[in-house]
Amino acid sequence: MGVIRLLSQSLLVCSLLWPGFAQAQVEDTEAQQLLTALADSSFADKQAVVNRIASSGDERARGWLESFASNKLARIEASGQFIIVTDNRGRDWTVQSALTGENLGEFSRRDIDTVRVNNALRGELEDILSVIDLKSPDQSSRLSAARALKGSVDKALAERVPGLIDTEQSEPVRAALTEALAIYRVAEQGDLAAVETLSGSLNLQARAALQQAMRGDDPALVAAATKAMDSIEQKLTLNRAAETLYFGLSLGSVLVLAAIGLAITFGVMGVINMAHGELIMLGAYTTWGMQQLLPGQPGLALILSIPAGFLVAALAGVVIERTVIQYLKGRPLETLLATFGVSLILQQLVRTVVSPLNRTVITPEWMSGSVMINEALSLTLNRLYVIGFALVVFAGLMLIMRKTRLGLDVRAVTQNRTMARSMGIKATRVDILTFALGSGVAGLAGVALSQITNVGPNLGQSYIIDSFMVVVFGGVGSLWGTLLAGLTLGTINQLLEPWVGAVLAKILVLVMIILFIQKRPRGLFPQKGRAAEG
Amino acid sequence: MWLTRPLAERSTRTFLGVLFAALAVVTVLHLALPQDNALHVSAYTVTLLGKYLCYALLAVAVDLVWGYLGILSLGHGAFFALGGYAMGMYLMRQIGDRGTYGDPVLPDFMVFLNWQELPWYWLGFDMAWFAFAMVLLAPGLLALVFGFLAFRSRVTGVYLSIITQALTFALMLAFFRNEMGFGGNNGLTDFRDLLGFNLRTDATRLGLFLATGVALAIGYVICRGIVTSKLGRVSVACRDAEARTRFLGYRVERVQLFVFVISAMLAGVAGALYVPQVGIINPSEFSPLFSIEIVVWVALGGRATLYGAVIGAVLVNYAKTVLTGVMPDAWLFALGGLFVLVTVFLPKGIAGLVFKPKKVAASAHNPDSQEATK
Repeated sequence: MGVIRLLSQSLLVCSLLWPGFAQAQVEDTEAQQLLTALADSSFADKQAVVNRIASSGDERARGWLESFASNKLARIEASGQFIIVTDNRGRDWTVQSALTGENLGEFSRRDIDTVRVNNALRGELEDILSVIDLKSPDQSSRLSAARALKGSVDKALAERVPGLIDTEQSEPVRAALTEALAIYRVAEQGDLAAVETLSGSLNLQARAALQQAMRGDDPALVAAATKAMDSIEQKLTLNRAAETLYFGLSLGSVLVLAAIGLAITFGVMGVINMAHGELIMLGAYTTWGMQQLLPGQPGLALILSIPAGFLVAALAGVVIERTVIQYLKGRPLETLLATFGVSLILQQLVRTVVSPLNRTVITPEWMSGSVMINEALSLTLNRLYVIGFALVVFAGLMLIMRKTRLGLDVRAVTQNRTMARSMGIKATRVDILTFALGSGVAGLAGVALSQITNVGPNLGQSYIIDSFMVVVFGGVGSLWGTLLAGLTLGTINQLLEPWVGAVLAKILVLVMIILFIQKRPRGLFPQKGRAAEG
Repeated sequence: MWLTRPLAERSTRTFLGVLFAALAVVTVLHLALPQDNALHVSAYTVTLLGKYLCYALLAVAVDLVWGYLGILSLGHGAFFALGGYAMGMYLMRQIGDRGTYGDPVLPDFMVFLNWQELPWYWLGFDMAWFAFAMVLLAPGLLALVFGFLAFRSRVTGVYLSIITQALTFALMLAFFRNEMGFGGNNGLTDFRDLLGFNLRTDATRLGLFLATGVALAIGYVICRGIVTSKLGRVSVACRDAEARTRFLGYRVERVQLFVFVISAMLAGVAGALYVPQVGIINPSEFSPLFSIEIVVWVALGGRATLYGAVIGAVLVNYAKTVLTGVMPDAWLFALGGLFVLVTVFLPKGIAGLVFKPKKVAASAHNPDSQEATK
């Protein structure tokens, strides 16, 4: 029963589509003829038809040949209409017209005649397809086709590639083609001149070809290949170093972001705020909340989270300052304990109100992916943005502390509170504003962190000790010190990691800081003058 | 002698009297009363009380450095855990071939990780005297090296607190690693015997409880002896005016180092007594949160009183047991609130509220705290 119903349905669809189909046939007689030839001729003749299709210059040729190679080019028995099968699971196949590309719905697979292909043809097709791509008018698709060719050139292609190199206009495409050809020549023919071309190439296949050449019998070839390999290794080492440096700077900029707010509250005001990590967490959760409010627009939400995260964290900071810290002025150890209590409360608050589980923050499209510098080195975009963001935040804070009235007041109050007050500075107000600023920057750090790490109730805890280490290492009260210390610690951590593993690297860095403080108890950039005596 | 002097003091006598009376009452209620009696103390409760007493000893150790030396250590959990691990290693070796895999030498987790032989630092832990010596030496040595480096370069105050926290954090990360050979994440557990006594019998549990009580009494007397001696007075001087003490010709760093090491050893003993009662030791004891919790016990009980530390430890942990049982979510709120309330409203703790001692009042107005306002 079901079969009959389906059959009648598909017949109905066919007849409904008939008029438009006829029209397309008139316009596309040539294409229809080509495909009919492909379908009807014997395997021996199909080769010639494929070549005719490839050289027809038709934009759709690639799609036809591709689907032909993968058994997806077919003809509807009843109408002779050529189709491309997009889904061939089950009894009914989803198809689209090969000529117009329009979706034709589902057909029973009994009504469809697949255009037959064999393995010999498939091999030919692969080459032809890559050549089609290499002739595409779009330069970027030519380039990616040329890159894909590296290591997959075979004898037939090797004969055509030189011609392509001659006619190619774009320099990078030509270079890629030359390299692809050289890989073939080195691997298959042991060509000395080609070895020269490969020296300095970062391609994996190029290295494989050279290694194969090094195992060969010809001493001249082995020597040349070894030399080329050395130059490659050198280049690779450089690239690896650059990558480590990038990871180090990225981790370092995260540390700087996390610590710079602390550098203000701890370094400048002398307040130990153990809840700093939780202020970072609040910033990250603000980003999450923003994305919940603006579903489908993660990018806009992220940008809006920058001011929102700052405000939320700054507000929380003001509340902490007013309710706890102001009563503990001049008792740093007690401040430490009380703010630790605040951090516990904030953590549990997030666990109870939101969830004890991690939340997902979406990375907007313009921040995902990576920039490819060369074949051995690509930089992930989100980390690049975080590095940039950290530098911007740092510059902004520097500007506030050096060039604004608030910065002047803060420095005055820090250096001599009584004197500053007698000059008419409202010390309490300065305290609140400074603390709000430091907390707000923590919120900004949270917004940035939400892009590269899990957002959960423990987010802050994992950064608080590191942040304090950065501030202590850099020298309390010095923003420059914090910047330098953060970047240094991040880089050292990344340098050690491949040697000893992530955990041990972290431990070693902690031990190093403890030993460093032996030599310079006040950090890289100690405060000078009277303010240092406190 | 400095150690017998405290026994003549009224406060020490009162403390010891109350402690021993409590031990006796619990023992009698546990042994003499039938199980269905309302006043009967179950073996579970005895172990729980034993755990509190371990914490109390740990709190006394922290109070010694914080209350009388002015060093806020946020890393005493590390010394506690090291002592615990030393004891745990002994207990692991005592399991012998009764483990799941039946290996006569290697503990279960090493067999599981395909280790062929015992790492060198596990050697000797089958002997009780060696293990008990390590309970004192391991934390003592760490405190000696760390304290030597820190005090020599005059790292004090908040800096020292943060570095001690980093220390325990680093150790926690290290002990989480399986390669360290301390059982990684799961730690050491599944203990059977201690000195030939089966740990799972009620009699051993009672014995451990009493031993912890006696250890607390001894620890208290030692600390009291130190703080009433000349050394103790110098250490209080270091707390209140470090620079001035140094100018008077005292070697401040030596005093600090000595007291710090003693305190670490006491913490180690507390950890060693804690492990057989709880039945497990894992890296979570190294967590910075635990170390800072200890400080709040002391702060709640009252700094620089020693008995305040005991009161605080028992009270907070009792509250923790009750609260985590009734509403687990509320515990961190309560603990966090406790931190804030104690520091803002109760700077002298319960001891200052109830007993109003004359001497301790001075510490609130020490010159160091004024220096820090600059």
